[in-house]
Amino acid sequence: MPVVTMTVNGKSVSGEVEGRTLLVNFIRDQLNLTGTHVGCDTSQCGACVVHIDGKAVKSCATLALQADGAEVTTIEGLAAGGDLHPVQRAFKEHHGLQCGFCTPGMIMTAVDMIRRKPELDEKTVREELEGNLCRCTGYHNIVKAILAASEEMRA
Amino acid sequence: MSEWGIGKPVRRREDDRFIRGRGQYTDDINRPNQTHAVFVRSPHAHALIRSIDLEEANAAPGVVAVFTGKDVAEDGLAGLICGWTVHSKDGSEMKAGGHPILAAEKVRYVGDHVALVIAETKAQALAAADLVLVDYEPLPAVSLKNSTEPGSAQVHEEAPGNLCFEWELGDKTATEEAFSKAARTVSIDLANNRLVPNAMEPRAAIGDYDAGRDEYTLWTTSQNPHVARLVLSAFVGVAPEHKLRVIAPDVGGGFGSKIFIYPEETACAWASKKIGRPIKWTADRSEAFLADAHGRDHLSHAELALDEDGKFLGLKVKTKANLGAYLSTFSAAVPTYLYGTLLSGQYDIPAIYVEVDGVYTTTSPVDAYRGAGRPEATYIVERIVETAARENGFDPAEIRRMNFVKTFPHQTPVIMNYDIGDFEASLDKALEVADYAGFPDRKEEAAKRGKLRGIGFSTYIEACGIAPSAAVGSLGAGVGLWESAEVQVAPTGKIEVFTGSHSHGQGHETTFAQLVSERTGLPLEDIEIIHGDTGRVQFGMGTYGSRSGAVGMSAIFKAIDKVEAKARKIAAQLMEAAEDDVVLENGAFTVKGTDKSLSWPEVTLAAYTGHGFDTAEIEPGLKESAFYDPLNFTFPSGCHICEIEIDPETGVTEIVNFTAIDDFGTIINPMIVEGQVHGGLVQGIGQALYEHGIYDEESGQLMTGSFMDYCMPRADNFPGFKLGFTPTVCPSNPMGMKGCGEAGAIGSPPAVINAITDALGIKDIPMPATPARVWAAIQNSATPKAA
Ligand code: FES
Ligand code: FES
Repeated sequence: MPVVTMTVNGKSVSGEVEGRTLLVNFIRDQLNLTGTHVGCDTSQCGACVVHIDGKAVKSCATLALQADGAEVTTIEGLAAGGDLHPVQRAFKEHHGLQCGFCTPGMIMTAVDMIRRKPELDEKTVREELEGNLCRCTGYHNIVKAILAASEEMRA
Repeated sequence: MSEWGIGKPVRRREDDRFIRGRGQYTDDINRPNQTHAVFVRSPHAHALIRSIDLEEANAAPGVVAVFTGKDVAEDGLAGLICGWTVHSKDGSEMKAGGHPILAAEKVRYVGDHVALVIAETKAQALAAADLVLVDYEPLPAVSLKNSTEPGSAQVHEEAPGNLCFEWELGDKTATEEAFSKAARTVSIDLANNRLVPNAMEPRAAIGDYDAGRDEYTLWTTSQNPHVARLVLSAFVGVAPEHKLRVIAPDVGGGFGSKIFIYPEETACAWASKKIGRPIKWTADRSEAFLADAHGRDHLSHAELALDEDGKFLGLKVKTKANLGAYLSTFSAAVPTYLYGTLLSGQYDIPAIYVEVDGVYTTTSPVDAYRGAGRPEATYIVERIVETAARENGFDPAEIRRMNFVKTFPHQTPVIMNYDIGDFEASLDKALEVADYAGFPDRKEEAAKRGKLRGIGFSTYIEACGIAPSAAVGSLGAGVGLWESAEVQVAPTGKIEVFTGSHSHGQGHETTFAQLVSERTGLPLEDIEIIHGDTGRVQFGMGTYGSRSGAVGMSAIFKAIDKVEAKARKIAAQLMEAAEDDVVLENGAFTVKGTDKSLSWPEVTLAAYTGHGFDTAEIEPGLKESAFYDPLNFTFPSGCHICEIEIDPETGVTEIVNFTAIDDFGTIINPMIVEGQVHGGLVQGIGQALYEHGIYDEESGQLMTGSFMDYCMPRADNFPGFKLGFTPTVCPSNPMGMKGCGEAGAIGSPPAVINAITDALGIKDIPMPATPARVWAAIQNSATPKAA
């Protein structure tokens, strides 16, 4: 079986995978980083979003082998040195989560969104969330949280 | 009052783990030596099983065992049960067909469970499942439409004509009489579309049998682990109740779908003893679509009688409700006692009569989904009231106002006794917030942009905290509907609350602790809320029906009463004061009118040392429990106003304004309550505009079996919502709470459809009002009718 090596949350990791092993399974089952979730089997829900080389990617639609040599950040790695990322803080402050299942993917998507779009407005946030489903919050407070974090990070 | 007390928008404590990816959902748990399960599911809607050949599957790499219905039967396991027995008009009991864990003779829907394949890895189990050869003899599919037609195939032998029950409620004669006197009548045919709950966390289970202790542990995505344990032990016979521990850890949303006891977790628990290893099963989303219990799916005809002035005289409703292929845990209650009883809405309607035929079809079981029966009732009432207004030239707000129940308590003709409410207050506030007066100008302005603008109302009432136990028992419930709480105070004064409620997004770890903080003056970090584990919480009924505030927190309230009473007694003896003079305030016991005071930890430590008070009179220790059985349902109500714009070129409906003014009684945490409303609204608007579980009439195949085909509401489908509260304090529980979890999904669908039909000037459009349907409606109404 091929071996993949990548940096996950700042640590170099490697493991044997099958050619068909998805990145999300490598992360959850082999690295035991269970913050990244699986909510669907059609790449629709975004519960599995991680960063590969700083970009938000659905880890259920990426082979582990495709991330060979890459820098991967999962939700567990977002709070650098233990301090919450502004987006994490904003999700708590604005009640952007209920059951928490979509939350890791939402937060990872939001971090990338803010990086790409420094001038976020509500409409853009809503459109950018096209690939992330939440069944609990009605999105209202997720949008609020992302806008607040974006403002804070711009300041 | 503590800074974390009742009414404060305290930020959620559970968030700290979720935002860091440290939640622990069932699929995040792995047991040593664990195996993986995959279910072989029926590809047919309806078929006889001629034979099952396991030879190849058993020989496949990594396979540990393959079980079928024969093995289940050999071990003497019974099938799953429905916990509510409904009776037909003629007094006969509903006709419950068997609900096997694994189907042995016949499959009844696409996704029905045929075999359990257990292997070392999930991939191996999946591969082996493909090698299970089932020889089926297909039978015709049965749909909601054709179920009761003569010659339809029979889903269950026990239920001729596929009729499970023919239920009625209300006074038929009085209602007929009301219609005979009516100056005006209105009628409407309505479909309540089938929905797939789609909690974002798919269902999962781990069964783990400990041979040393002869004990089972089942981790499962459940809203009510104690009920699961009871059903699995008392009815299915997996293990005696005291030998089965059910743990529902972090659960990623439920919305009803995780109330029920399903074949999958049952099979994993049972089979873990057979193979002597833990078994893990996690649904993929496609399985969730096929095999989670769905919601709604009614066809109804309703008629409303009015007098000359628009006063309602009577309501008649006839409904055909799809129960799916098997009765699920509460499915018989949903289209009956959770539905017919809400048909009076917010109105004083002297006579109501409703008939419901519950029918079997070859579709996934249908059971409670956010709102459970109340959205279906509200849809009937609020659509027909709107129709009555339009057809008779009344303002939709004023016809409602004229007919509102205005004095309380109010006994409706359909069981419910409304204890309190102020329907005009929520209507008036909604009219103001939504700027109803300015609507004609906005409509005109929209028309200039080529858009069709419409406005729709829904003044809903619903019933939460279903109770009291004896009353629901007399209506057919197989369980009590109280809740339990145990408050344990440690010697250091820290508090652990064991609640029978379960949190899967509702934020109980915060709101329940707020109540304890309010009562004791302790900071939140000194209070722990424990739920979801039958090994730690003695018993509980779980979370559904928006019951955890009004029922679950009331139990905690009562348990704290007892803790406080005992602690005050101890404090009084410690301070040599009269018990009546001792008060608990801001975390200290003080003797009124003196400077004598003992802190909470000083008293709690004394409770455990047994020093300084008479232990012959007062037992040492500080731990109390309460079982709280509510006196009545609670009745949340409110007014939703939806404003939409339709692009006639595309048929796309845009929600431009949505106002929800609700009466939830006392609110513990407004931030969390608003979040519950937001989520409910999106599910309700999702039903009205996007979501539809469709089975093909001919083949019985689920046509909407993935997020590619089933339109889930997304962030860009909505504007921000305008919320407000007009509370009246519920008299039937100690804190005056009502329930907020489902109201959004109950009130909103008719508001949306009323807005669309208003914009288009048509009587009805079926839900979901997709662009295709709206566009077609525009084309039809634009075509001049043939002379
Ligand atoms: S799990 Fe990756 S998009 Fe749903
Ligand atoms: S918080 Fe539950 S799915 Fe988003």
